Amino acid sequence: MQKSTGNKLSTIDLVNKNLKKRYRAEKRFRAYGIGAILFGLACLVVLFTDIIGKGHTAFLQTYIYVEVNLDAQQLDITDSTDPRQLAMADYQGVIKSALRKKFPDAQGRRDKRDLYSLVSNGAGYTLRSMLEDDPGLLDTNIGVWVLADDDIDTYLKSRNSEDVKAFIERMNPKKIAWVESLLADEHMELQFNRTFFTNGDSREPEQAGIAGAMAGSLFTLLVTIALSFPIGIAAAVYLEEYAPTNRFTDFIEVNINNLAAVPSIIFGLLGLAVFIGFFGMHRSIPLVGGLVLTLMTLPTIIISSRAAIKSVPPSIKDAALGLGASKMQVIIHHVLPLAMPGMLTGAIIGFAQALGETAPLLMIGMVAFIVDIPGGTSDPATVLPVQIFLWSDNPERAFVERTSAAIMVLLAFLITMNTLAIWLRKRLERRW
Amino acid sequence: MEAVMKKTMTENSQKSAETEKMTDIAQDISKQKTVGKPFSDNAKMSMRNVNVFYADKQAIQDISLDIGKNEVVAMIGPSGCGKSTFLRCLNRMNDTIESCKISGEITLEGDNIYHPKQDVVPLRARVGIVFQKPNPFPKTIYENVAYGPKIHGLATRRAELDEIVETSLRKASLWEEVKDRLFSPGTGLSGGQQQRLCIARTIAVSPEVILMDEPCSALDPIATAKIEELMAELSQNYTIAIVTHSMQQAARVSHRTAYFHMGKLIEVNDTKKLFTNPEHDLTEAYITGRFG
Repeated sequence: MQKSTGNKLSTIDLVNKNLKKRYRAEKRFRAYGIGAILFGLACLVVLFTDIIGKGHTAFLQTYIYVEVNLDAQQLDITDSTDPRQLAMADYQGVIKSALRKKFPDAQGRRDKRDLYSLVSNGAGYTLRSMLEDDPGLLDTNIGVWVLADDDIDTYLKSRNSEDVKAFIERMNPKKIAWVESLLADEHMELQFNRTFFTNGDSREPEQAGIAGAMAGSLFTLLVTIALSFPIGIAAAVYLEEYAPTNRFTDFIEVNINNLAAVPSIIFGLLGLAVFIGFFGMHRSIPLVGGLVLTLMTLPTIIISSRAAIKSVPPSIKDAALGLGASKMQVIIHHVLPLAMPGMLTGAIIGFAQALGETAPLLMIGMVAFIVDIPGGTSDPATVLPVQIFLWSDNPERAFVERTSAAIMVLLAFLITMNTLAIWLRKRLERRW
Repeated sequence: MEAVMKKTMTENSQKSAETEKMTDIAQDISKQKTVGKPFSDNAKMSMRNVNVFYADKQAIQDISLDIGKNEVVAMIGPSGCGKSTFLRCLNRMNDTIESCKISGEITLEGDNIYHPKQDVVPLRARVGIVFQKPNPFPKTIYENVAYGPKIHGLATRRAELDEIVETSLRKASLWEEVKDRLFSPGTGLSGGQQQRLCIARTIAVSPEVILMDEPCSALDPIATAKIEELMAELSQNYTIAIVTHSMQQAARVSHRTAYFHMGKLIEVNDTKKLFTNPEHDLTEAYITGRFG
């Protein structure tokens, strides 16, 4: 109670006087929060715009339509069912004949060389796979879309923009005329770039794809999941349920927490020294990559699993113990099922991190130029982030757009995995 | 005005004199011996000279008590006097607390339950416990009751398990209410039903002794009344030890009552006698409400 005398203000007057200032401060505080979020969003928007802007063109590829005569003599095939003959045939020659027929104005070695450079030097593989699928096509005339060379591809994609002027030097007027003629006849067009998803790495950009890297990433991730999930959960259960409180347990805990913060390249060095040096495993195989990534993901999984196990209410454990369940039964029947959502969420986030790891895998040799698509965990392979790293070094226009396209694919996987983790967490949340 | 103030002051001084007397007795608590009838001829469980320490703090001092076969023994006392701790010793639930140390002898039909060779798992199948806050497993009602029999291998076929579940739910007076929704989650029941589910779960393993740690303190009066009815029925087949904060409940359901005070067992007597004519001053002070 305050008496309201002369010039002394009452409490309510003082409160009102400061009210405006307090509300202004509240508004400022909110603005800081919104500003922080907007800043983060702006960075994301810039990132995505840049990557998608550079990479979306890679999903379309230039194809040229040629009418080839699968002449058995020129191909040097006597038996159309013999796989060796099919593999060794001169498909490129057949395509060259088709091009000569289309553009008879190409005379002289130089002109002919330019003409042949319109198509990719791997264009013959298309014919080979067609013939392998249907040997009856031998000695027939067929029309087929083949890959254009990456110079043509880049020219086509940039001919309507400013950049084309810098690129014109690689083309000569004759080639440009042929390209325009093919376009006019609708024998050259952009199609979906299936090669990007079916081929491994290649020196020729138009034949380069991420299939090898994706298979390598898949096998590496499988090894990582198969090893780190059970080991991580078992370690977390031991630390939470069985470990006695003493110095040794503290020592273990401190070390696990520290390992979670170790730079990932150190694990690569460890892998190099132990798995490759001491155990003599091969370089650059998903098995070793998976082992290294297991070591890296283990602390994350252990820490998140422990938190999940701690969150199981002790009343449930007491109820089970009171009924005469043994410790192992309590853990398997009650603790693990209830902690599993939290464990899965933490594990998925850990695996998403592992998918994007580059440095440790560089150290164990996954930086090699691998063309074949790996068939298992013991075949030499590379992973998607490393593939991106390798391509990013290449200044050719076609590789620049492929690098960005590969980044988009990697981001798509990461976003999917993280969204799955969040959805799982929301779905399996329990209210006690 | 002054007369009233004088009267209040005299009353206050009388009260403080009494409280002083109480405090004196309380400080001599370690020298108190248990009065009344702590032992019985037909004992199911016997406790002799039990001391319980939490790290360095002593929670239970030198308690000796018998719980008779098919008897309901209620344990009452002010907060923090050690009743729950003592109860949990009877089926070794205190093993889960690392800092807890127990000395003395506790026997179940002559077998020392703290013997190093004694396996805790079958002990807890013979001595079941119901906790203060209902804690059904986050599974179906059926699975809640069936869990105990399953892990102890009491039923080999589904039909046998069904029978055990139905019998236990009937014994816990819950069958009529849940028979149509045996496969809905146990956590979807009301508080009183959940507690009866926990009781059904405990009797499904056919224990010999049931320990109840303030089973009705989280429930409303009607649910409480149902469970008290249940206890009367259960005592025909099981031995029951119940910790309760409510003296009325102790008076209603138990044969003998034990009064605990600051870790010591002050008095044990037939319930009627303890509540109408207690032998010890502290007991009388507690039941007349001078402290609690």
